[in-house]
Amino acid sequence: MPYIPHTQDQQKEMLETIGLGSMDELFQDIPETLTPEKFDLPRGRSEMEVTTFLRQLASRNRTGLKSFLGAGFYDHYIPAAAPALVSRSEFYTAYTPYQAEASQGSLQALFEYQTAMARLMDMDYANASVYDGGTAIYEAMMMAVRHTRRKKIVISSDLSPIYQHMLQCYTKNLHLHLETVDQSNGLPDTKGLARALDQETAALIVQNPNFFGSISDYSDLFQQCAAMGAVSIISVYPVLQSVLKTPGEMKADIAVAEGQSLGLPLSFGGPYLGIMTCSRSLIRQMPGRIVGKTRDSRGREGFVLTLQAREQHIRREKATSNICSNQSLCALQALAYICLMGPAGLEQTALKSMELARYAADKLTSIPGVSLLNKAPFGNEFAIRLPVSAYDLVDSLVPRGFVPGFPLGRYYPGLENCLLMACTEKISPTDIGMLSELIRGAL
Amino acid sequence: MIPSELLYSRSHEWVKVQDQTALTGITFFAQEQLGDITFVELPQPGTDLEKGQEMGVVESVKAASEIYAPVSGQVVEVNHELENSPELINQDPYGRGWLVKIKVLGPVTGLISPEEYAGLVEGD
Repeated sequence: MPYIPHTQDQQKEMLETIGLGSMDELFQDIPETLTPEKFDLPRGRSEMEVTTFLRQLASRNRTGLKSFLGAGFYDHYIPAAAPALVSRSEFYTAYTPYQAEASQGSLQALFEYQTAMARLMDMDYANASVYDGGTAIYEAMMMAVRHTRRKKIVISSDLSPIYQHMLQCYTKNLHLHLETVDQSNGLPDTKGLARALDQETAALIVQNPNFFGSISDYSDLFQQCAAMGAVSIISVYPVLQSVLKTPGEMKADIAVAEGQSLGLPLSFGGPYLGIMTCSRSLIRQMPGRIVGKTRDSRGREGFVLTLQAREQHIRREKATSNICSNQSLCALQALAYICLMGPAGLEQTALKSMELARYAADKLTSIPGVSLLNKAPFGNEFAIRLPVSAYDLVDSLVPRGFVPGFPLGRYYPGLENCLLMACTEKISPTDIGMLSELIRGAL
Repeated sequence: MIPSELLYSRSHEWVKVQDQTALTGITFFAQEQLGDITFVELPQPGTDLEKGQEMGVVESVKAASEIYAPVSGQVVEVNHELENSPELINQDPYGRGWLVKIKVLGPVTGLISPEEYAGLVEGD
């Protein structure tokens, strides 16, 4: 089956119509330096051959591993009702619910999602979501730049390195000045961050728990940030919001999160969910869609896309809704998860994961040569120092059915012997016992 | 609703020049076209503006329109009252709904008279 819809005859006809003899002539404006020397593509194959090939490739994946991997993405249990509710065809249809009269169901669901997220973060408003946690941070940063009309961004290096890399990529040509303040032993340098804040600063970006799993209270830092007229941005792990001090309690201006842990499968990196919430004063800068509740001319309750005037179909190149192709279905699945769990269920999940992490940390640090990277409080994730390379340990344990964690040396030079380990309620104390015995034996 | 003591731009701003300071806003016609105004974005005091340059945005329920500097000069004051009460532009476009005061550096040129503006609006 050809994937190019035009036949050779049609192509010839089109070329003749515009007075050209060949495809090469059509593309001759592209400089030679920008054209590839050759396309290294294999010959076409049949559907059956491709299916067989992909099955063989997939069979090489190791499945059923006991995983202590986290680093921003967590394997929590997903109640079967969550994906079942979202797979209803009503939710699969509407793309952009601009026509309120035809989209009340989608709009109400998104409104409920926004309400749930704003409450979870203790913030005034949430939007209807963006692509993922990284784009949420970028959009938050741009909100701060627009709001303050300043160009300097202060970032703590214990922010997820993936997000730091994304920020660098996204801002490469935006003439912003990103100033990174180094973490030390997995802890944010709050004094260094405070010193970096000045009258030129648009935003401060921190993460809680940070990439190393440590928990901080940024209230004082956010106060200093506000005194400089800068916007404080915090990225959080949503499952732990029911037990930790919330962004709202810390008086953050913008709180963002990767929403995957709220009932979305890990599924090789996506699609995920970017949660964005902010304080009242910044709502005008919030990108994407925001659904509002209103009344129609007869006083009946209804839902609409609000702040339409800055959307693409009205403001074109100046729109702040260019991120608007959001993850509606993912947002709805997160909403279904949160509703099914309820506040108590969410808290139990957080506490259970944290208890298991505490148990794992105690077990592992009883092994000679293994210690915690720092003594700060942690949530469901912590970093340990090993007497050997963390990569080697991972390599030796995977064949035995365990992924002990994420080697920190990948992003932080000097921490090659350090391993980041996460627990969720899906891990059992027996798993932890077996892992610690395996590690004891491997060292 | 085209006050005779004011000057106008073709992009529907009004101007009142007094002692080298130009008080500006959008016309009755402009606010009527936009409908209920929900938000106004104004320049920061101290901003240097060239005539015709975008100096802000007026948003209504279903539209967003740029406001252009009707004269060249420096922004000396903006109407902060509009931050919380943008509807003042609808209620009193030539009074409490004013937008920006600009310190004019050179002679004011290129603006049109009330009669000409009336012709423009009728032509619209």
